[in-house]
Amino acid sequence: MSKYREILFGPIFDNNPIGLQVLGICSALAVTTKMETTVVMALAVTLVTAFSNLFVSLIRNSVPSSIRILVEMTIIASLVIIADQIIKAYAYETSKSLSIFVGLIITNCIIMGRAEAFALKNPPGVSFLDGIGNGLGYSFVLLVVGFTRELLGSGKLFGNVVLPLTTEGGWYTANGLFLLSPSAFFLIGLLIWVIRTFKPEQVEEA
Amino acid sequence: MQNETIGKTFAVALGVCLVSSIFVSYAAVSLRDKQIENKKLDKVKNILIAGNLYDQSKSIQDIYNQYIKAGIIDLKTGDPLPQDQYNDDLNPDDFDIQAIADNPDYSEPLPAEKDIAGIRRLPRYMAVYRVIEDGELTKIIVPVFGKGLWSTLYGFLAIDKDFKTASGLTFYQHGETPGLGGEVDNPRWKASWKGKQLLDDQGNVLIEVIKGKVVPSSPKADHQVDGLSGATLTTRGVNSLIRFWLGENGYGPFLKKLKEGSNNE
Repeated sequence: MSKYREILFGPIFDNNPIGLQVLGICSALAVTTKMETTVVMALAVTLVTAFSNLFVSLIRNSVPSSIRILVEMTIIASLVIIADQIIKAYAYETSKSLSIFVGLIITNCIIMGRAEAFALKNPPGVSFLDGIGNGLGYSFVLLVVGFTRELLGSGKLFGNVVLPLTTEGGWYTANGLFLLSPSAFFLIGLLIWVIRTFKPEQVEEA
Repeated sequence: MQNETIGKTFAVALGVCLVSSIFVSYAAVSLRDKQIENKKLDKVKNILIAGNLYDQSKSIQDIYNQYIKAGIIDLKTGDPLPQDQYNDDLNPDDFDIQAIADNPDYSEPLPAEKDIAGIRRLPRYMAVYRVIEDGELTKIIVPVFGKGLWSTLYGFLAIDKDFKTASGLTFYQHGETPGLGGEVDNPRWKASWKGKQLLDDQGNVLIEVIKGKVVPSSPKADHQVDGLSGATLTTRGVNSLIRFWLGENGYGPFLKKLKEGSNNE
């Protein structure tokens, strides 16, 4: 039981795909200006990682190693297209602001990385859990970054006003830096610092 | 190593592609109706946003039905198309600009020297939306489109009842760079259009989107709009498309007729 717990929750702090492995940074910068897009993106990546792990693992014993990567890419790409179609059908507004970034899940290193590193060597059930776990790890970082950026950048959470802006008669002067991509870099850097302070074993040797 | 034969490689590749394509096409086909409906609703929402009628707490369709009266006009003459000539393609509720512009029955090629908006084919008919508040015409909302940097921008321009002042502008479909040309969606920039002079009393196009910021003290400030920084080509595209649609090949004749009509009353 503890093994499954390790696989599912390990990637959140102990082995975070963004924090420790520093994968999937690109989309973490791009979609975290608002909580709403952040949540949809986190969900989409979690589901795609889980199912791509599941399917890759299911056929792992019959895939010739010469076309291994191509098969993985085909599976991931199909899942991403399906996710994109679903978002367009049920969350049209969000799909407009996510624009190309849903399609770019295909190039998110976390998914390919987990398929290569885990799903090819493990049975389907565990692989599925590993996908969910890594998705959760990614979501955790994304939500923290998205929360901070939307709150400090536009004084809102999920589009609801939390800190009334001076431009609309309130007291909070929005910090525009948080709406620009570099702020996500700073936040992720700070987050990695915090995680590594509490988990010194993650610090790489200089 | 049974897996490494050529036959097996082809079989696996083919199998994976087949299964994947079945899943993808199933998702695409089964969700299509819902997506089309979303797109339509989004368009209606943008008509309301352009007309400053949008209210989050009310149903989009209700507001639309309450305030908007849609019609189709003949662009060249500016006259409304009689309702008995509406058909499946030509009706204000299902008006699809792209389909109309591609249909040779309803559009014509636009010679390059007139085509400042980069649209190539000019529809003969366009849907226009009248905003009626308390039985009076307060605004007129017209669809506009034209080429930006990467994509064709589709949007709505709302014009006040004096038929020369802008009331609002919004784009509902474009593929410009997010953060640069994509800033055409920026609410603050869109709000800066309100109150700008689009036309002079003779119906000549005044409005321009300039490069850089408008100097407020300049005598031209009432018909100039700030350009988008870092997006010179998108700015130029928006400038050309607005000027084109307000000009004599666009809604010029229609606006002129409306104005004459209101003067005679």
